[in-house]
Amino acid sequence: MRKIWDIPGGIHPPENKTQSLQTAVAVPPMPEQLVLPLIQHAGTAARPVVDAGDQVLKGQLLAEPGGAVSAAIHAPTSGLISAIEDRPVPHPSGMSARCIILIPDGRDQWCARRGLDDYRGASPTALLDRIRDAGIAGLGGAGFPSAVKLGPPQPIDTLIINGAECEPYITADDSLMQERAAEIIEGTMILAHILDNPGTVLIGIEDNKPRAFEALRDAVAQSPTAQGIIEVVEFPAKYPSGGEKQLIQILTGNEVASGRLPADLGIVCQNVGTAYAVYRAIRHGEPLISRITTVTGKACAHNGNYEVLLGTPIRHLLAHSGFDRDSCGRLVMGGPMMGFALLDSDAPVTKATNCILAGGRDEFPPAPPAQACIRCGLCAEACPASLLPQQLFWYAQAGNLERLEAHDLFDCIECGACAYVCPSHIPLVQYYRAAKGEIRQQVGEKAKADHARQRFEFHQARLARAEAERTAKREARRLATAAAQHRVATAGDSQAAGPGLATGAAGDLLKAAMARTAARQASPEQQRAKLERALEAASDRARSAQARLAAAEAEGADGEQLDKLRARAEEARLKQQDAEHKLQAFAHPPQPPADAAESP
Amino acid sequence: MTSTRPSSPHGHAPLDTSAIMRCVLLATIPGLVALTWNFGWGSLINVLLASALAVAIEAAIIAARKRPIIFYLRDNSALVTACLLGLALPPLAPWWLVAIGTVFAIAIAKHLYGGLGFNPFNPAMVGYVVLLISFPVQMTAWITPRDLLPEGVDLPGLWQSLQIVFPLLGTPELSDGFTGATPLDVFKQQSGLLVAQIYQQEPLFNRAEITSYGWEWVNLGFLAGGAWLVYRKIFTWHAPLAMLAALAIMAALFYDGGSSTSGGSPLLHLLSGATMLGAFFIVTDPVTSAVSRRGRLIYGAGVGILVYIIRVWGSYPDAVAFAVLLMNFAAPLIDNYTLPRTYGHDRPRKATEKKQ
Repeated sequence: MRKIWDIPGGIHPPENKTQSLQTAVAVPPMPEQLVLPLIQHAGTAARPVVDAGDQVLKGQLLAEPGGAVSAAIHAPTSGLISAIEDRPVPHPSGMSARCIILIPDGRDQWCARRGLDDYRGASPTALLDRIRDAGIAGLGGAGFPSAVKLGPPQPIDTLIINGAECEPYITADDSLMQERAAEIIEGTMILAHILDNPGTVLIGIEDNKPRAFEALRDAVAQSPTAQGIIEVVEFPAKYPSGGEKQLIQILTGNEVASGRLPADLGIVCQNVGTAYAVYRAIRHGEPLISRITTVTGKACAHNGNYEVLLGTPIRHLLAHSGFDRDSCGRLVMGGPMMGFALLDSDAPVTKATNCILAGGRDEFPPAPPAQACIRCGLCAEACPASLLPQQLFWYAQAGNLERLEAHDLFDCIECGACAYVCPSHIPLVQYYRAAKGEIRQQVGEKAKADHARQRFEFHQARLARAEAERTAKREARRLATAAAQHRVATAGDSQAAGPGLATGAAGDLLKAAMARTAARQASPEQQRAKLERALEAASDRARSAQARLAAAEAEGADGEQLDKLRARAEEARLKQQDAEHKLQAFAHPPQPPADAAESP
Repeated sequence: MTSTRPSSPHGHAPLDTSAIMRCVLLATIPGLVALTWNFGWGSLINVLLASALAVAIEAAIIAARKRPIIFYLRDNSALVTACLLGLALPPLAPWWLVAIGTVFAIAIAKHLYGGLGFNPFNPAMVGYVVLLISFPVQMTAWITPRDLLPEGVDLPGLWQSLQIVFPLLGTPELSDGFTGATPLDVFKQQSGLLVAQIYQQEPLFNRAEITSYGWEWVNLGFLAGGAWLVYRKIFTWHAPLAMLAALAIMAALFYDGGSSTSGGSPLLHLLSGATMLGAFFIVTDPVTSAVSRRGRLIYGAGVGILVYIIRVWGSYPDAVAFAVLLMNFAAPLIDNYTLPRTYGHDRPRKATEKKQ
């Protein structure tokens, strides 16, 4: 038996997993349309390679990766691309984003597939390319593009397949492991091959899934290749054991250093769903176009797992599950601990959608108003990262970002264990998310300010250089003039016979200087235009200063800032007045007194 | 469907703050029973009187602060403060003593600092110390345990007890002499005697089953209630155990073989005075103690050491209140330097660390 380590903290919320495990994985009817967001993964959006009006086949590439960390998107069935437009997507903010809309034609006709009978003959890079082309992104919920994770620069000695599924209610991985154990094992072997056969290959499962554990263990025993290589490990159920960092700690006793990746420890972690998708992609040449999603909760008459085409509107899945909107207290994508509430059931199932939880009103009643934090410390006892959530809350409220960082806010995995146990019902995770956002924003602003300062300093340096050059030129001219005068003087002395010539030379110099001045003296029209321009610029400045002041007042800026802006606006106004006066003075030069003009 | 955007997690554990406070109240029952059995109705009257006053004061202040009264009263925190103060005060204390203590605890120590969760000092102990400094005579008048009363003297009955507490109810007809010294008083006053001699002279000790008659059962009662709270995971064992261990170690170090300068045996210190009440109901007050496990160990040990120092070398016979208030001062400092080691970090950090 493998040694199992414990993680600090953790909680045991009611599992609620049995209700969705009563039936085998089913296939819902084909929806009327599929909505495929260009971002279904962590990273940059995919780039569409089809246009509205195109006919596509099942499995055909619709969008290619939009960058190094991105994933391709394929047609989940054959049909017509009706549009590429903004649609509601599953996101905590309830936002809309670019989606490819596919109207199924009902024929479900595959494009050409090229599977590999023997992956061992292929090089890891070739296999990685196939995984990238298949658009596989972590199916555990985070949706990180798998090809990136599977090609780390570091040597890997441990491959961990995550079958923990520690969130209550979700049974997508459980049912997959029970029903498709052999494929998962095969997928795991492919992953091991890509990673140059790490010495340790583990599949970790919580002990509340005995059937999945047995299925995988049997599948390993029956596989001639996996036997003796893959070890299926069972460990005590405790939320959040399925977090990547926590699972690594449970199975290896090691911790991923703060701000580093598992690969730095020589570990790669993949979800069982990802291993299955990799198997389909390599063995059968099928891109990632469907996934297993749990539909559960008291607001659904039938709870179960579905093999859902990506892009299937959640509304369609719910309708198929006997969803009762009136009895639904909360519609959540993901589990009850880390999932987010959905505003709109038009949003589609994506690569990361492991669960649709339609909780009844009594199941997820609205949170009671938060009471005061009594620093009871239940949160600290529950935290798997050994943070002090009560102190983080205190400093988040106070906006003390420095203390938040000293208390390792950024090591918070937002698992929600602290908020789950908080007897005062404080939405702790929400405070931490907000504080992290604030710190990130501050870091960004500081970078911008630093950049601006550098530019300013460079500008000042350039001005100083230009000034120095001008000074040097002036000095050179002065010296030249002095030398010329000296020459003239000496010439006058020496050539007493030709004073006209001497004065002629000096006169030339004088004339040239006067000509230069005259050239600089513009015509009256030019002078007028110049003054008008000055007035226009001054008015512009005065207007914008006034606008800035008004904006600051509306925002409720602090007194000091307002005073500064007021002073600036006043200054700009005075300058504008000044410019007006000058222009007037130019246009209407003071007339001599009338009587003086009339006098003979 | 709700129209607001609820944030994860969407579920919640059943335990809430009111329930925690209720558990603490329930856990005081064994100690309260032992107090009542040994010293009569006084403690029960203290607790009930302080509770009624505390709820009234709390409601008045919440109203003055323009907050929803029922919502704040429901957290039961005022009841806990009042209950602990009532248990700590000498039985049969006059009503005004209880009233002044409760006003100080709730109005000043709790609400003037911002209410529940914001008070730096334990409200019950603030109330207690104010009374101890202001009214030393009333505060040091304890009662002799029921079975050690002289022949012909009885503890006051319920009505008589009420008359003692509320003189307006009439003058009670009482046999005199039911007040007496506590074990810690005895030890403080009997300088020049060997421990063995004190034990021989005093029925408080020589009739005791373990170490001090009556008091040992009161302390065991609070220990039982506290152990139940630890079992229910209302708080962790760290602070109480650290306090008891530190107190016992101090007592063992300065036991001095039972000489005339001895501070008393570890068992005497553990099972006399307010030791167990302090360890499981005062030191564990989460608001005013340190937050991390390591912090709570240090905090508890600090209380234990201070309790011994003040008991033995200070001018007061018991010291839990002073020790707790002193450590309340230190708690934020302790917090700064006792952060746990976060996942993925080599060593614990300090709260005062600046970013590089």
